[in-house]
Amino acid sequence: METATLTGGFASPPIDAARAFRAIMEAMARPGTLHDLDGCTPPAPLAPATGAVILTLCDADTPIYLAGNVDCPDVRDWIAFHTGAPLTGPEHCMFAFGTWGDLMPLNRFPAGCAEYPDRSSTLVAQSEKLCPEGATLTGPGIQTQAQLSVPDPHLLQANHAQYPLGVDFIFTCGTQIAALPRSTEVN
Amino acid sequence: MYVAVKGGERAIENAHAWLAEERRGDLSIDSLTVPQIREQLSLAVNRVMAEGSLFDPDLAALAIKQARGDLIEAIFLIRAYRTTLPRFGSSAPIETGKMACDRRISATFKDLPGGQVLGPTFDYTHRLLDFKLAADGEVPEGPTAPATGADVPHVTEFLNQEGLIEDALPDDTTPRDLTREPLELPADRSVRLQALARADEGFTLSMAYSTQRGYARNHAFVGELRIGTVPVEMEIPELGFSIEIGEIAVTECETVNQFKGSKTEPPQFTRGYGLVFGQTERKAISMALVDRALRWEELGEDFEGAPAQDAEFVLYHADNIQATGFLEHIKLPHYVDFQSELELVRKLRREATARTQQEAAE
Amino acid sequence: MNDMSDPVAPRKSWMGLLAKAKPGSVSTYLDARFKRPDFAWLRPPEIGSVMVQGRTGGTGSPFNLGEMTVTRCTLKLATGEVGFAYIQGRSKPCAEAAALVDAMMQTEMAEDIRTHVLAPLQADAAAAKKIRAEKAAATKVDFFTMVRGED
Repeated sequence: METATLTGGFASPPIDAARAFRAIMEAMARPGTLHDLDGCTPPAPLAPATGAVILTLCDADTPIYLAGNVDCPDVRDWIAFHTGAPLTGPEHCMFAFGTWGDLMPLNRFPAGCAEYPDRSSTLVAQSEKLCPEGATLTGPGIQTQAQLSVPDPHLLQANHAQYPLGVDFIFTCGTQIAALPRSTEVN
Repeated sequence: MYVAVKGGERAIENAHAWLAEERRGDLSIDSLTVPQIREQLSLAVNRVMAEGSLFDPDLAALAIKQARGDLIEAIFLIRAYRTTLPRFGSSAPIETGKMACDRRISATFKDLPGGQVLGPTFDYTHRLLDFKLAADGEVPEGPTAPATGADVPHVTEFLNQEGLIEDALPDDTTPRDLTREPLELPADRSVRLQALARADEGFTLSMAYSTQRGYARNHAFVGELRIGTVPVEMEIPELGFSIEIGEIAVTECETVNQFKGSKTEPPQFTRGYGLVFGQTERKAISMALVDRALRWEELGEDFEGAPAQDAEFVLYHADNIQATGFLEHIKLPHYVDFQSELELVRKLRREATARTQQEAAE
Repeated sequence: MNDMSDPVAPRKSWMGLLAKAKPGSVSTYLDARFKRPDFAWLRPPEIGSVMVQGRTGGTGSPFNLGEMTVTRCTLKLATGEVGFAYIQGRSKPCAEAAALVDAMMQTEMAEDIRTHVLAPLQADAAAAKKIRAEKAAATKVDFFTMVRGED
């Protein structure tokens, strides 16, 4: 294993992970809001925000699916050393990482079951652009309405229609994140 | 119903302070050290590790000291500590066939390769109190004899060679983990074994005893009981290969039970299995008996209504931390619940009195 | 385990030896003969658990037996070698010593380390194992027939 994959983690894991967890939680609790998230330098093509999500939420108990070109030896080794998370296919993953296009189609990810809606995937889509304009979001955690530059609103609507089943989304871009839980209505 | 009330902080603090003092006992007596507990109360340490579900003799010894020797309280402390640890991964299944055995006996075959090795057992002691221990005498070192160092084969292998016992073939399924997901029924055998491995020794013993007395009719022979140490090997993701990360002591018990056969299986022996952390042979034998009783369905046997056959009954009542948590919570304030009960009884009493008076008047 | 065709076999073997060493003994042997080299942490020592699996019937499907405590760390010597440790128990100093030895085994000091650290650890482990095996052997039953009759 190259030394490069052994570096680039959080400098102070307890503090950095707590801070990152707060940012991810805020993003999920207030869909559409943008939050800063960095503190690590993952190997390309992972963005710092994507890397921070991996370091904060993933461990040996969370199978990960890497879609498209994020599935490369450097990323695999980095995840193995820093989190120990096992890699798996989309059908069994708890977290999936990739570009929006590489993550498609959505119906291959677990969406939970009636007894345990939480047994579903969180999809982390790394984007070129993330800003508060585009589709209109309403629902829990949004006072009136919010805007977010999300791709394919009709797919997100279909996902919301399955509620309480469905997948949740985190969008990352550089050192920023926003989130879109399944409870959010997209128009 | 619950109502939040404040108060009692000072009483609680003072109670804790007195608890610490009582735990220490008479100051003119030396304080127990954790290594003393680890080395000299090792069977208590083993029980706390097994039911706390965490192999760490020093931690278990500390828990016993802190709990004043209350083993269930010590197990509770270990379970609580366990939840704070990040999980690095899962080991490869331990290979008990490679165990360095301290003890290895079979009740089914007198002469077997590797022999009957008694080990440090209470079995042939006379159960007479040894007052020399009260005088704290040093003990002489145990005698030695030349050892071969060869692996000791499992007894059930001999039956297997004749095809007289059901197979236990390896596979690489990932077992479900009770510490990560709630118990769901029907529970497969891997979940049942995990639950039994950390189950209360007393409960497991009683369930096993009930099967011997006829509740579930399964006459078990101890095919083999072995105690010793095995290495633990784990795949290290960042290295890309597996290494031994330590060595643990375990007790393994395999029972063989007669089986009349079913539509698909010929008459043969079937297996019950017990595997427990540390030297814990009463628990391991009990576990094997209960494991076998719970297998009635997959073996096509009759359900006789015996408690030990009832997976829901056994698995939901075997955990002493769950049990003690629910049991002991009823001593905590239930003032409001009881107030409503009190009101209800008074009301019923008034109504009953009124009715009696009315009947008397008529 | 000692398959010589396996290129990682020697490293597996010394890492296992370091993991199972008596607490404190790796540091003792290391410091008796060597000055500790400069290093930087890639992963400072952390205490965690590993779920230990058993097999149903000793040979069948895996099940979760219970956890054990493990301490791990990763460090990089100033000269570039990376040392890993995964060791039983909760001792951070022991994990540090084990990772240092793992790293130093990749330098030209390897032979010296092997002689003055690994060999004595191996000898200690073998001696401890031998004495238990011999005590067990002393409790092995010799059956002898008292009476054998036809009626």
